[in-house]
Amino acid sequence: MFAGFDFDVIVRALPYLFLDGMAFTLTLTVLATLGGIVLGTLLALMRLSRFAVLSTFAASYVNLMRSLPLVLVIFWFYFLMPYVGQWVTGAANPVRVGPFWSSLVTFTLFEASYFCEIIRSGIQSVPRGQVMASQAMGMTTAQTMGYVILPQAFRNMLPILLTQTIVLFQDTSLVYVLSITDFLGAAAKVAQRDGRLLEMYLFAALVYFAISFTASFFVRRLQRRVAIVR
Amino acid sequence: MSMIAIKQVSKSYGDFQVLKNCSTEVAKGEVVVVCGPSGSGKSTLIKTVNGLEPINQGEIVVDGTTVTDKATNLPQLRSRVGMVFQHFELFPHLSIAENLALAQMKVLKRSRAEALAKGAALLARVGLSAHADKFPGQLSGGQQQRVAIARALAMDPVVMLFDEPTSALDPEMVTEVLDVMVELANEGMTMMVVTHEMGFARKVANRVVFMDAGEVVEDADKEAFFAEPRSERARQFLSKILAH
Repeated sequence: MFAGFDFDVIVRALPYLFLDGMAFTLTLTVLATLGGIVLGTLLALMRLSRFAVLSTFAASYVNLMRSLPLVLVIFWFYFLMPYVGQWVTGAANPVRVGPFWSSLVTFTLFEASYFCEIIRSGIQSVPRGQVMASQAMGMTTAQTMGYVILPQAFRNMLPILLTQTIVLFQDTSLVYVLSITDFLGAAAKVAQRDGRLLEMYLFAALVYFAISFTASFFVRRLQRRVAIVR
Repeated sequence: MSMIAIKQVSKSYGDFQVLKNCSTEVAKGEVVVVCGPSGSGKSTLIKTVNGLEPINQGEIVVDGTTVTDKATNLPQLRSRVGMVFQHFELFPHLSIAENLALAQMKVLKRSRAEALAKGAALLARVGLSAHADKFPGQLSGGQQQRVAIARALAMDPVVMLFDEPTSALDPEMVTEVLDVMVELANEGMTMMVVTHEMGFARKVANRVVFMDAGEVVEDADKEAFFAEPRSERARQFLSKILAH
């Protein structure tokens, strides 16, 4: 079955696949993860807030995002953002956003809803007595969160946060619908150009598998190292 | 002069009334032991003193500051009131030294060096200097509770609250914690202690407050309380826990 395979196609495409494609995929993954965690933490704090306005807003946002297919959101933002930009800045024409920024904003906003739920359960996993102990020493709510609760929540949740990042890494391949040259997009372009669909898609699958599997392995090892001894 | 004044305090969770018109006082330099059966509201009462548990009615004044006043800066008040919990509540992600230093730096704005030095001195006092760089999870329950006491003392409190400090400990670790508390009492620290340790009460308490079903049933001098409790409920309670 592999007799007709042309492995040379893959070798020749390697610089393009990795320097263009994978570089984009990793950049998007890392930036969207960081943005998603920052925004997700804010959303989690809002969801847990005493103020009904904040918690309802955050809950609605999270539920909305989690009820929509990612591809739909990617499309939506790509076509909508120029008009939102126009409205915000008051420009005469729709603001050109470009596929990179559009996809980065989309992934950040979308993943934030998932990170929010992870961080929220992380915060709730910290015993209530820790809040009392911090407050009893005169720490404010913000200090208690910043120095006592969130550090423990992140340690508890680190494996799940990283696992979500691995999912995000795979999901970034959906930017394909915006004709962006991410890793899968690059592989697809070479496949079409050279008529080597089987080789390229098989290779792409192997690379995604190898990276995700290795990353999962390290997450498990990390999990054992960062676990808090109680 | 009273350090803690609890005046006609009531608190309910929905229909359930946890505290019914409770009043008592702790004078400066006094050690008051609060005892009573489980669910009598003693832990809730001590947590109202530094505002950790809000109340529905009544007034609480600590060192001249009204805790129940909305305008009171609670964090500032709490920084002067030390509290020790049943489950220690050390911060598990920080080393022992950092546990002692954190609130000193963040609340009292002491420098890191100053906070660590103060922490080290108090750690030496509770006999745990060798453990400064360990994490709470590596210490025994008794050691953790001694660290928790040192952590509270690092804030230079004017009064110390103890909420069942030995209840979560294995029997052989109770003494090491009580020893630290006795020493503290002998140095003149004002203390309010929720505990079942009647030996401790006999040794250092000035007064005993007996609670049952959310009420202060008896508030008496130690000698009077142990010699002849006035209420039947306190008599029953004492006969049960002192029988062994």
